[in-house]
Amino acid sequence: MNTLHVRVWRGGVQGALQSFDVPRHASQTVLDVVTHIQRALDPTLAYRFACRVGMCGSCAMTVNGVPRWTCRTHIDKAVANENEITLEPLRNLPVIRDLVTDMREFFDKWARAKGQFQGTLTRKDDFQKIDPESADRKQVDTSIECIGCAVCYSACDVVAQNPDYLGPAALNRVWTLVKDERDEKTLERLRAVAGDAGCHACHTHMSCTEHCPKQLSPTAGIAGLKREVLSAVLRGRL
Amino acid sequence: MSARAQTLLWIAQRASAALLGLCVLVHLATMVYAVRGGLTAAEILGRTSGNVAWFVFYTVFVLAIAVHVPIGLRAVLAEWAGWRGRGRDPALICLAIFLVYGGMGAVKGVFR
Repeated sequence: MNTLHVRVWRGGVQGALQSFDVPRHASQTVLDVVTHIQRALDPTLAYRFACRVGMCGSCAMTVNGVPRWTCRTHIDKAVANENEITLEPLRNLPVIRDLVTDMREFFDKWARAKGQFQGTLTRKDDFQKIDPESADRKQVDTSIECIGCAVCYSACDVVAQNPDYLGPAALNRVWTLVKDERDEKTLERLRAVAGDAGCHACHTHMSCTEHCPKQLSPTAGIAGLKREVLSAVLRGRL
Repeated sequence: MSARAQTLLWIAQRASAALLGLCVLVHLATMVYAVRGGLTAAEILGRTSGNVAWFVFYTVFVLAIAVHVPIGLRAVLAEWAGWRGRGRDPALICLAIFLVYGGMGAVKGVFR
């Protein structure tokens, strides 16, 4: 049986990598490896997971320097050198302990970007009919499967350099609402995401798009927001 | 600064970049053409002096630079030097004025 040499970040902001040897199996995921360490080798290891099937977005970590969802990342795909792997917490988020980061700022930015849906109908109204073939709805469809894992936020160099930057996930969320014809807060949202901390800060490095485990393109959404804001300003609505 | 003002700066940055792309191409093509036959500085000045078309072209060039550079530097200072405070924008307005002053001095020099 092969053995996998795993180096895991231990500690908070200050800490060090600790080495473990883990039995290697077929179809083994990175999350399987972390779980083995916590259950069989060191129960004090802190990490976060919930669904194990790529839906909840809670198990993201930095795997060999790359932000990934660990429950859907096979060891075969993530191991750069033969049988060696390094696991660290996500970048751009405060480390609580070991592989667990503090996600508050990440989600607070969704709220700051006005990422809550605001419809016009009440429960007494009939369902609003949305044509699934309409141009706006198609754009929503391509962006709506975000699981809030913060992989894009961790991959973004602008977040690293500009702590106020709302980040790709929050802006992607706003893009889906701006293109949602049921939503009535478009101008308020555009005001929230315009400027130095919003869509105009994006350098279009496309790291978010490169690393998104759901193959979304926050970069395209951010570019769309720039166009929407431009249009609103030129028409004197913003 | 309001969202609208920040967006207007972004628009000015992009518009001036488009203008600069054109100006740089014309400027470089002119330089390559002018020195091809071994023109002297005096001969070049002889062609630009009193030429309103070149005066207008280089005035636009200078103004585009004066708009583009401070706005770009604004983001660079924020991201690389962490300077987001109140002093930054007045300092950049001073830089814009300096660029117009210096650039227009050079334009006037070849127009006279």
